[in-house]
Amino acid sequence: MTVRRVMGIETEYGISVPGAPGANPMVLSGDVVTTYAASRGIRPAQASWDYADEAPLRDARGFDMGRGAAHPSQLTDIEDPTMANVVLTNGARLYVDHAHPEYSSPEVTTPRDAVVWDKAGELVMREAVHRLATVPPGVNLYKNNTDGKGASYGTHENYLMSRRTPFSRIISQLTPFFVVRQVMCGSGRVGIGVDSRTPGYQLAQRSDFFETEVGLETTLKRPIINTRDEPHAVADLYRRLHVILGDANHCDVANLLKMGTTSLVLAMIEDDAFTTDLSVAAPVRTLQAVSHDPSLQSTIELVDGRSIRPVELLRTYFELATDYVDTTWGSDVDAETTEVLHWWDTVLTALEGDPMDARRWVDWVAKLSVLEGYRERDSLGWGDPRLRAVDIQWSDVRAERGLAHRLAATGRVEVLVTDEEATRAMDAAPEDTRAWFRGACLRKFPESVVAASWDSVVVEVPGERTLQRIPILEPLRGTKAAVGELVEGAPDIRSLLASLAVADRPSD
Amino acid sequence: MAGQEQIKPTRRDDGPDDTPEPAAAPAAQVADTDIDDILDEIDGVLETNAEEFVRGFVQKGGE
Repeated sequence: MTVRRVMGIETEYGISVPGAPGANPMVLSGDVVTTYAASRGIRPAQASWDYADEAPLRDARGFDMGRGAAHPSQLTDIEDPTMANVVLTNGARLYVDHAHPEYSSPEVTTPRDAVVWDKAGELVMREAVHRLATVPPGVNLYKNNTDGKGASYGTHENYLMSRRTPFSRIISQLTPFFVVRQVMCGSGRVGIGVDSRTPGYQLAQRSDFFETEVGLETTLKRPIINTRDEPHAVADLYRRLHVILGDANHCDVANLLKMGTTSLVLAMIEDDAFTTDLSVAAPVRTLQAVSHDPSLQSTIELVDGRSIRPVELLRTYFELATDYVDTTWGSDVDAETTEVLHWWDTVLTALEGDPMDARRWVDWVAKLSVLEGYRERDSLGWGDPRLRAVDIQWSDVRAERGLAHRLAATGRVEVLVTDEEATRAMDAAPEDTRAWFRGACLRKFPESVVAASWDSVVVEVPGERTLQRIPILEPLRGTKAAVGELVEGAPDIRSLLASLAVADRPSD
Repeated sequence: MAGQEQIKPTRRDDGPDDTPEPAAAPAAQVADTDIDDILDEIDGVLETNAEEFVRGFVQKGGE
């Protein structure tokens, strides 16, 4: 058992024009995407998205939702030419999702790399903001998940899983973990209720927006476990678990834990390693109750009748995971897993004592320490606009304006991924997944790539009448080790296609 | 220092000696100074008209 698996993070950014709250967010988001694309020499019509294999209405429970029954916002596979949509040389997708610019990271295999390419995405957004600032008033972007007025937008995680794992087991064993995961990974929010009608502070940006336990939707009646079954890979072998309840993180440790602990719990579910039932009573209501208690002292009810604190349930998951790693791997455990377990223990130990001791590692604690500072110094109540302003500006992507970045720059937040590493990842793809092949095609043959998607690259060969579609359905093929020499050695796209055919299409 | 030692409760009743916990009070002091520094830093960049800034941050739902 290990934290390693194919995974990624997709983040929708909040968008606004200073002094113009009525500005059209779809047009602005298009500006963000095309501006960044232009800065990297990408013409949006060039590397656009190949929708052939997208099926957002497929449900992991085994049935399809009729298109007539779907809300228009669920129909994400309809191509709209006015919507900018590009693939970057780092293997990521940058596009307009409804009314937000979204960066979907390339596929990576470790939680740490998920943090690297997630931070790269924020630097992509920062670059777009800097370029748009040359025409005042510019456009501001925020790596957060709510406006505090009733609207929410997502930071979604994706985990590749074995198709053999029964989905019912995922639901029953993952739900309790998700109810309490926010204690380690929440980004903090001023205001209680979707429209912040009750003054106060809570652990997570997203928790108040969840209404059901299981479902297909992401924009309405949001479920704790999302059932979208769109593997973007060989469907007989894999499921892509789409997780929609997490927050966007600025703290590297919280972000690492979000991906790493979830991956570990999923590995245990795949191996059917949970021997005790940790089901939580009334999961949706409890999710919100946990978020609303920054003291972490309130207990939650388990289905077996026990009352325990959220940190105690997290400690139980930690101990089960530690035992399982020891039993399965002993001293052969990989460094990535060891790192996740180290931070998991460290953060839980802090949260079990005085939660404020976790301020270097957990977003909601870091943010709360600043807010409490203001409350004490200036005698501010939770409804004061200055506290809400701190909450929003916390996530401004600009280094000089974003409060999370200011805090990190002064050494008050633990940094696991340096700016240099994230900057490099803006252009460089992960080397150990098919993202490398996707990115390399765009880097080496930009004139030939007509479209790309998670599982294909579509190229135009000079002199040929039809486009060639190169399937990349296996996420762990198309790596630098597998096809690096072949791609780098190809003088043109025709040669690449010929070598791929000879090599028995190693990228497929 | 003496005053600070008096207001800091002893953590262990069965401690082997009566040595005060030297780090506790100064650490709290450092934390206080630190939060003041943070607030000064944030004051310098925080939107001056907080109310208008908050009112103007209106998003459409996403996902």
